[in-house]
Amino acid sequence: MINIKNSIYKIRFLDEISQKNTFIHKLHPLVKLIVSIFYIIMTVSYGKYEIFSMMPLLIYLVLVFNLGDIPLKPILKRSLIVLPIVIGLGIFNPILDNKPIYIFHSISISRGWVSYLSLIIKSFLSVICALLLISTTSMDKLAKALQQLHIPKIIIMQLLFTYRYIYVLLEEFSNIWTAYSLRAPNQSGIHYKLWGPLLGQVLIRTYDRAERIYSAMKLRGYNTEFNNTENDKLILKDYIYLIFWIVFLLVVKFYNIPVLLGSIFTGA
Amino acid sequence: MHMADFLISPEVGGTMWAATLAVSCYSVKKVQSNFDENEELNEKKIPLMGVMGAFVFASQMINFTIPGTGSSGHLSGGMILAALLGPYAGFITLSCILAIQALFFADGGLLSLGSNIFNMGFYTCFIAYPFIYKKIIKNKITKKKILIASILSVVIGLQLGSFSVVIQTFISGKTELPFQTFVLFMQPIHLAIGIIEGLITSAAISFIWSARPEILQPIKENTFKEKISYKKLITVLLSLSIVTGGFISYFASSNPDGLEWSIEKTEKTDVSNSNDENGKSVIHNFLANMQEKIAFLPDYGFENNSEETNLSKVNVGTSVSGIVGSLLTLSLVVLIGKAAKFYKNKYNIKEN
Repeated sequence: MINIKNSIYKIRFLDEISQKNTFIHKLHPLVKLIVSIFYIIMTVSYGKYEIFSMMPLLIYLVLVFNLGDIPLKPILKRSLIVLPIVIGLGIFNPILDNKPIYIFHSISISRGWVSYLSLIIKSFLSVICALLLISTTSMDKLAKALQQLHIPKIIIMQLLFTYRYIYVLLEEFSNIWTAYSLRAPNQSGIHYKLWGPLLGQVLIRTYDRAERIYSAMKLRGYNTEFNNTENDKLILKDYIYLIFWIVFLLVVKFYNIPVLLGSIFTGA
Repeated sequence: MHMADFLISPEVGGTMWAATLAVSCYSVKKVQSNFDENEELNEKKIPLMGVMGAFVFASQMINFTIPGTGSSGHLSGGMILAALLGPYAGFITLSCILAIQALFFADGGLLSLGSNIFNMGFYTCFIAYPFIYKKIIKNKITKKKILIASILSVVIGLQLGSFSVVIQTFISGKTELPFQTFVLFMQPIHLAIGIIEGLITSAAISFIWSARPEILQPIKENTFKEKISYKKLITVLLSLSIVTGGFISYFASSNPDGLEWSIEKTEKTDVSNSNDENGKSVIHNFLANMQEKIAFLPDYGFENNSEETNLSKVNVGTSVSGIVGSLLTLSLVVLIGKAAKFYKNKYNIKEN
């Protein structure tokens, strides 16, 4: 129950902040999609023991958060979902990879811990980047970007349909769950005797709903085509954004900026 | 079973994306070719697919109590979609669900979305469904057959899927997780999950079969008249391309450090199969040399910092400047953030 309400809230929340009207939101969705994917690829392609050199990657996230006026806390909270996975699967790094590396002359740690930390940082960076994409780009706009990438229309329509009806069906399940728990209190889930009837009935209702939707669509002139009225092209701003981030990501990948900065500062 | 971005290397992620796109294109073609045959039925299919996708998504929020234990299970999305919509439409619908989960719930990632779709969609829709589910209920549908078919196909689909999660993680070499441990951890868990999901799925399908058999009917006719041999060929070809693709990307990556170290480790601890591993590294070196010579994407451009240079970066001399530099970078990040906020506020005022 809490689960369902939570999910509705989560989707609605991201949907709402994706409707804002800032510099980032106004950029072309295709550009944002490409930059996000490139960012994730660059992030995960850093070496196992690199921590310092990944620091500049934060600049992208900070800029999008600020320019896009995205609330920091909810997004960070949402990104915590990866924490159990990364902690569980990465725990073998410090256990198995215990060659020491020296930080200062006498202090050393096993390099497994370095790679563990690096893995955790990477997981957060990539998840936050994906969440920022959807909180600055609404689903409709994303669909437009996919269309420009020549993704088949059926898939795009599916994506939009599923997205639209998730609310409806989540609410339906929420009602069913309320009805069930009022009649069968103190249960953590559906009794096994009711697995079939409960799911089956919702399925049949869903099936009928699809028929009604189809009729409604047909009456409004639907002919399996996905029509996109807007036909906007990339403008100068979009190109600059795209090129800037690609160059930026490549530069911070090839040059270890923090170490360079540090050596200038310490004179080493 | 959702893989996250950090587990996967760009090579593996890219390979799996390519595989997923190939399967998707094939499915789209198939669904579209059905369009031409029976227009009305197939026009209806588009909203049906969308709403069914939402149904599966929402149904996974509901817990189904497993008798005798305190835990609970969920509906198996892929199987019920394949059973009600057919494998092609089922695959497309499932991939959309996974995309939405990745975007809105950070369940999986964008780079790993390809492998997630493949692991969860391909095996259920294109292996478990045609070769197990369909074969069992081919002649006559009974409740018993639905039960057996659902459990078997869900279990096998999940086993194949979780095994490829292990393989993809292993090839990516992002964690030190030993292959054996991971397999022994993943497979039994997914066996248990598979049995429960199969039971729930069969309960739902048999209910529909007794209440509204016509829902299962058109799909049944639709999918049975195809020639299996052609499909088999495609399946085999695809599986082959995945396996080879995976291996190529493994050998192509000049920095499969996770593997090499685990090999070192097994050599040291004298695990019985260390010979194989030795052999592997010889092959690896050979192929790596070959690859250097014939590389069309030499080292993918950005894999040049090999292990040693990375290590030396964290070594004594540079680590001081590294730490100082990181602090500087962090303060720079904060400053840039502040500046961006300032700029944005100004921009907003101007707009208003």
